[in-house]
Amino acid sequence: MTDLTRLTAAEIAARIASGEVTAVEVTEAHLARIEAVDEKVHAFLHVDREGALAQARAVDAKRERGAELGPLAGVPLALKDIFTTKGIPTTVGSKILDGWIPPYDATVTQRLRAADVIVLGKTNMDEFAMGSSTENSAFGPTGNPWDLTRVPGGSGGGSSASLASFQAPLAIGTDTGGSIRQPAAVTGTVGVKPTYGGVSRYGMVAFSSSLDQGGPCARTVLDAALLHEVIAGHDPMDSTSIDEPVPAVVEAARSGSVRGMRIGVVKEFAGEGYQAGVMQRFSETVELLRELGAEVEEISCPSFDKALAAYYLIAPSECSSNLARFDAMRYGLRVGDDGTKSAEDVTALTRAEGFGAEVKRRIMLGTYALSSGYYDAYYGSAQKVRTLIKRDFEKAFEQVDVLISPTTPTTAFPIGERADDPMAMYLADLCTIPTNLAGNAAMSLPCGLAPEDGLPVGLQIIAPAMADDRLYKVGAAVEAALIDKWGHPLIEEAPSL
Amino acid sequence: MPGITREEVAHLARLARLELKAEELDHFAGQLDDIIGAVARVSEVADQDVPPTSHPLPLTNVMRADEVRPSLTPQQALACAPAQEQQRFKVPQILGEE
Repeated sequence: MTDLTRLTAAEIAARIASGEVTAVEVTEAHLARIEAVDEKVHAFLHVDREGALAQARAVDAKRERGAELGPLAGVPLALKDIFTTKGIPTTVGSKILDGWIPPYDATVTQRLRAADVIVLGKTNMDEFAMGSSTENSAFGPTGNPWDLTRVPGGSGGGSSASLASFQAPLAIGTDTGGSIRQPAAVTGTVGVKPTYGGVSRYGMVAFSSSLDQGGPCARTVLDAALLHEVIAGHDPMDSTSIDEPVPAVVEAARSGSVRGMRIGVVKEFAGEGYQAGVMQRFSETVELLRELGAEVEEISCPSFDKALAAYYLIAPSECSSNLARFDAMRYGLRVGDDGTKSAEDVTALTRAEGFGAEVKRRIMLGTYALSSGYYDAYYGSAQKVRTLIKRDFEKAFEQVDVLISPTTPTTAFPIGERADDPMAMYLADLCTIPTNLAGNAAMSLPCGLAPEDGLPVGLQIIAPAMADDRLYKVGAAVEAALIDKWGHPLIEEAPSL
Repeated sequence: MPGITREEVAHLARLARLELKAEELDHFAGQLDDIIGAVARVSEVADQDVPPTSHPLPLTNVMRADEVRPSLTPQQALACAPAQEQQRFKVPQILGEE
């Protein structure tokens, strides 16, 4: 019998729709896989076995009644633990919310349930989505399925690892500076940061509100597109949600082609700090795009070299404000309330115990950048850099349809290597950050294994805002050509665990 | 731009309501100094006549209809409170006792 966990989401949905398998069988197969391997991987913080099976039974009943099923009905999914789930714990990888049971569903959660996508559980992440390795989780690190001693990227390392270890065919992530794309790159999976405002942030715990964006993660470009259409679209509960039709991403994924397209290689994303094997696979992909009929040229985006600096002022500034809500008064952890201490002291004691080191660093950095006397020099200048980066993109997209680069400068690094070296850790997001600052769309998909370490390399594709469909058109073409070249999808080379 | 001292970190921690231990202050002071040194390069654009961008979308005053909708019950709202009393959140003293 076919191993149901090796199928794509599109294949699973088709088999359920045709009656070849039931949603309960599919869910049970994935729960068994979680049971078998997640002790080693630690992708999940919480598995909702009963809830998942109940949802699966409802899908099967719906089918028996002859009701129409959605394109992902009965397909299991791993949800990043940053989205609220009614009645199911939501920790954001932090002790400060340990034990909190949200009384409401995030819009993304509601849409997944409405589409009959089976939510298997909640995935591990860097605390409050701050990090590039998932080592900042208060509940311990996640291993990269390609090599369990290495990081699965971050902050959405639980989601990427669940895909690469075949514990789920779909996952949801959030991307503030690369937290969907960088984990996808280092685990040989596909991840998309939609246009800012494309996917509702309602019920998504806020880190940096002008940068945070939820998006789809999968093992194939088509699966990511199918999930993208389920979660995207205007939401009146999010005042920054774009009130326009969702770009036709599924149609684009089904008609992948780069013939006649103009593609720009970002000149600034190369050189010192870029691993040789990453650049080798990237160059081969550039050649492949030419063979497939694209016009490829180099494009300079001179302000991108200041993107990392601007990001590490803007994101911490917004985080210092957003995380002020964790005051130990209405929900979550409360420490030291012995009847003698003031509310202010209890808040400070609780935050000191509830937040991990990276969250504390960023709160203090943001507090510093926003304090009087420093505001203009730091936050003000960072906002100017943001304008310059937007202009670089606008100029580039006058010349080309999409931009490409490596997603990350290196492959997955060993667990522990950068854990107490913040600046080294921050470099993992060098290529992904400009897109968050400008608010446009980007994808990462696998383009090979680095020869020196045998680990996955990601290709980043960047499109203008609300042109998310271009990512899928190019991504699907690259994916098909590479499968043709290799004879199989890259993910099949991942260890079986 | 100036570096950051241990005393400044202690001040920031107070402003941010973080009760840090002495060894944390030492550790963070060194790290924050490194990070601030690195991010200070944004000041290269300080003198340029460029408007700031605070947000990717040019949205202002997005309102939804002012209609009565279902909301949480007091029990639901209080379900995860660290402490409660008489259907209210119970908090430590806010004003000092004289």
